[in-house]
Amino acid sequence: MANLHLSVPSSAAVESTTPAKLSARDLAFYYGDFKAIKELSLDVPENKVTALIGPSGCGKSTLLRVFNRIYSLYPKQRATGTVMLDGENIIDPNYPLNKLRSKVGMVFQKPVPFPMSIYDNISYGINHYEKLSKAEMDVRVEQALREGALWDEVKDKLKQSALGLSGGQQQRLCIARAVALKPEVILFDEPTSALDPIATGKIEQLITELKQQFSILIVTHNMQQAARVSDYTAFMYLGELVEHGATETIFTRPTKKQTEDYITGRFG
Amino acid sequence: MNSHDHILKSYDSELDRLYDEIKQMGELAMTQLDAAVDVLSRRDSNAAARVVANDDAIDALENTISMDVLKLLALRQPMARDLREVYAALRISSDIERIGDYASNVAKRSIVLNNSPALPATGRIARLAKTANALLSDALKAYADSDAQLAAKVRDADADLDAMYTSFFRELVTYMMEDPRTIGACTHLMFMAKNIERIGDHATNIAENTWFVVHGDMPEGERKKEDRTSE
Repeated sequence: MANLHLSVPSSAAVESTTPAKLSARDLAFYYGDFKAIKELSLDVPENKVTALIGPSGCGKSTLLRVFNRIYSLYPKQRATGTVMLDGENIIDPNYPLNKLRSKVGMVFQKPVPFPMSIYDNISYGINHYEKLSKAEMDVRVEQALREGALWDEVKDKLKQSALGLSGGQQQRLCIARAVALKPEVILFDEPTSALDPIATGKIEQLITELKQQFSILIVTHNMQQAARVSDYTAFMYLGELVEHGATETIFTRPTKKQTEDYITGRFG
Repeated sequence: MNSHDHILKSYDSELDRLYDEIKQMGELAMTQLDAAVDVLSRRDSNAAARVVANDDAIDALENTISMDVLKLLALRQPMARDLREVYAALRISSDIERIGDYASNVAKRSIVLNNSPALPATGRIARLAKTANALLSDALKAYADSDAQLAAKVRDADADLDAMYTSFFRELVTYMMEDPRTIGACTHLMFMAKNIERIGDHATNIAENTWFVVHGDMPEGERKKEDRTSE
């Protein structure tokens, strides 16, 4: 896989030598006439966790929606600029959505398992891209459920409905469903906001394990979660990227006052 | 007092409380040093014993600050400057606690000195203590006002106290050589002077932690040192 080394403007640069997996440059996004993201540049480094933080309405989730082009389902939403993944601009309408979906997985705030068995939840997506024998599929499903840290809990009830799982298990099933397609980037949109601390801990541990294989971008309102799981943190406000740097630096000595005010609870 | 303006007002009052406690602790330590030098010059052993006992109040405040810091870390999860303030409060309280110990030591040794004839050199201890207390006062003011410039001045000024200590040390060595009967008393004075010189070092620590609160890093360059007694 070709790594992307771009000459980046200072706003996007982080003190890292890790190559960028996903690179947004001068990215703007519009909901009709409303500009929700204003010419933003951001690198998502390979095999690292990048956290996106910021107050509600700052554009974090919108940015995730741009990175897997969910917005293209809606007629009045559009993005300008570039988002490069492996040398290709994924927001170019000519970039096939199917290909994008296989390369960029997404896990949402509320786990939404398909109303089918645990096994089929995993195999459903794989069937869209690959034709596997039953034996091969069994291996892939087990692998995905193991990567989702769910295998031991469900291995004896793979044919049961996924809707019978607890919220935390459902969320791990959704993560397993995402990793089953062997994506390169996984986007998490507040993946633990509906979960208890134990389930949250399991997801956080899972995220730190998954970064060995994937590049991860996570939106979270939980500052401690961003501090715990991410290598880099980006702070957004009013559609702009205010500050982006090593998580340790952002949470101990941010350089911008807006970042400081937000993370210390002074925004009001 | 540092101004806090969190959305959650109770967080503000907890951080303000740390500043108040440090202020109170610092004022107690300064009073203790003044009192120690006073009982030394008046050769008042009873009063000296009271100064020694008063050190407990400083120790108790340090414990209170430790518990408050623990609570803030556990319940508020401070970030950025808030985190630095909480961390610095813990370190500064530890410095002031040591300053209290040194003041108490001066008072304790004064009781022993009262068993031998008064030495003229004792007066120099008061001058050393005055300089140390001025440093401490500036360090505490710099902390209370988040004044990094004043903190930097304190850091530089400690060298003056070092130089005074070095000069006094040599003077005491001369006295002891001239009259070996003063060796006992002069040794106590030497320890007192060293205790006061160390107070300057702790004041410098407070100043450096103040710099850290404001800037997020430690001041650059080596501290100026003028203690030449080991050369």
